[in-house]
Amino acid sequence: MSAVPAAEFTAVGRHYPGGVRALDAVDLRIDQGEMAAILGPSGSGKSTLLHLLGTLDAPTEGTVRVFGHDVGALSDDGLSALRARSIGFVFQQFHLAPNVPAVDNVADGLLYTGAGFRTRRRRALRALDRVGLTDRAHHRPHELSGGQRQRVAIARAVVGSPRLLLADEPTGALDTASGAAVMELLGELNLEGVTVVVITHDRELAARLPRRVEVRDGRVVADSGVAPREEAV
Amino acid sequence: MRAPLRRRGGPGPGPRPARMAFGDRLRTGAGGLRARPTRVVLSALGIAIGIAAMVAVVGVSSSGRAELDERIGRLGTNLVTVSPGSDLFGGEATLPEEAQGRIGRMPEVESVSQVELLSGTNVYRSDLVPSGESGGIGAYAVDPGLLETIRAEVRLGSGLNPATRDHPSVVLGAAAAERLGIDRITPDTVVLIGDTYFSVVGVLERADLAPELDNAALIGRSVAERVFGAEGEASTVYVRVDPEKVASVRERVGRNANPERPNEVEVSRPSDALEARRAADQTLNGLLLGLGGVALLVGGVGVANTMVISVLERRGEIGLRRALGATRRDVRTQFLVEAMALSALGGLAGVLLGAAATAGYALLRGWPVALPWWAGVGAVCVTVLIGAVAGLWPALRAAAQQPTEALGSA
Repeated sequence: MSAVPAAEFTAVGRHYPGGVRALDAVDLRIDQGEMAAILGPSGSGKSTLLHLLGTLDAPTEGTVRVFGHDVGALSDDGLSALRARSIGFVFQQFHLAPNVPAVDNVADGLLYTGAGFRTRRRRALRALDRVGLTDRAHHRPHELSGGQRQRVAIARAVVGSPRLLLADEPTGALDTASGAAVMELLGELNLEGVTVVVITHDRELAARLPRRVEVRDGRVVADSGVAPREEAV
Repeated sequence: MRAPLRRRGGPGPGPRPARMAFGDRLRTGAGGLRARPTRVVLSALGIAIGIAAMVAVVGVSSSGRAELDERIGRLGTNLVTVSPGSDLFGGEATLPEEAQGRIGRMPEVESVSQVELLSGTNVYRSDLVPSGESGGIGAYAVDPGLLETIRAEVRLGSGLNPATRDHPSVVLGAAAAERLGIDRITPDTVVLIGDTYFSVVGVLERADLAPELDNAALIGRSVAERVFGAEGEASTVYVRVDPEKVASVRERVGRNANPERPNEVEVSRPSDALEARRAADQTLNGLLLGLGGVALLVGGVGVANTMVISVLERRGEIGLRRALGATRRDVRTQFLVEAMALSALGGLAGVLLGAAATAGYALLRGWPVALPWWAGVGAVCVTVLIGAVAGLWPALRAAAQQPTEALGSA
């Protein structure tokens, strides 16, 4: 296991003006290569946790380090570069560009990495291949099923080979079968070495992951810790 | 508000973002337009109308000027007219009989031709027309070389030929023919001049250098002498001179025409009126260009409005791009480029529309089509600039959006 943790929270608080404490005194360490669920009901602070993990937000208290970088100390450019190269996002609502073919949606995942147009397309096709959508490369989002759309979104998230993949309720808009396929894909990516963090309110889904961090009212109330993969419940 | 993310862009500690290639910036910015084609067309239309109006104004006026230039070139600016002015007591002066001959002997003169107004001689279609309704058409005794000297063109029939010298035949000016209702010539076409029927042998085009002859009936001098007792007293002498020496001739021709009383001679250069018309067009153009500018301003506001709405609607896209690693600068540039592309699209359509309007109008009027290249290039550049100004505030708003806010995740 790599020496630098994928993410390290030290006494992290995220307060909003008006006294709202979305997160309070959170200590958390996620090592590279882990696959973890962050579990909690809506309003528990799990989305804030995801934003902090993804460097989309910065703490008002404590420090968040992502791959060793202090998120609070980085400039907008620094954070953007970190996201472009090291972090991939998957959202519940896919966020695919309408009327744009799958391959171009995926290629956009490399737009801010400095890769050239041809390289982006070539790697996008490979990423689509990886998620099993080779034959859907030129379909537009509205021509795809929900499960296929989420796989396109995953392809976009991993096309730049990020070390950390953050998935926010990735199965929330999907039926059970498509959801299971998506979770299986995330598991495979984790086996290939990607650190995967899944945000969910679904206990059943979380139970299938090696590690569960439970959040409630802005605090971590339970952490199953790193479990050897074989013993995953 | 959210203090922690209020950070400046620019280099800082940590990883450096990659620079986006120019082509990628263009592609990403213009790509945003594809999502909502109807709105793009409608908001580009405002710009297009403004630009089309301005391009058409420039095009029509330069086509008109090209036509005028062509006409001035054809007619020449080297025609000088000499006519009697007034004497010291305000009475009507006359030119001496030898005036034409003396002017003709000046070395710079290429040709000279005089006309004599037969005053009191009216022109009618027939003897059935009441004598009061002469239409103000003047009858002139002219030399055969007149048409060549003033470069008047014949529209119907022929000019003054040797036959007209002795026979009662007449050539009508354009306006005179219209008033007399003569639009074609047959052997039976006649008009009544004084008490004598003259057969019409020709009708002239409008004579730009001698507009006084448009409403005239021109008859040969010998016939005029015989029938009306013309005395050879010139009312106007048309003088075609060496183009290089117009000014010098103009100065001296009065003394040659009437050596005793040179101050009773009026000398003018009819092409000056055409040149003045060219200058007169400019004021009207200024007004029309101003109106086009107002349309353009309204179009710019339309683009700004579209961009503001677009930024509000695309919070999700902005958030996604930030998550994919776009810097604030990348987002700002994207929306700025989009606004410029939107506006330039309208500009391009406007140039085509304006050029089409110019061509249509010019062809309708029989003018040469002339549209200066700078009008098209300038129009597109101006619209890009308008797009940049209109898109600046929306782009800054887009860039200032918090990525978390923009994603709007639950």
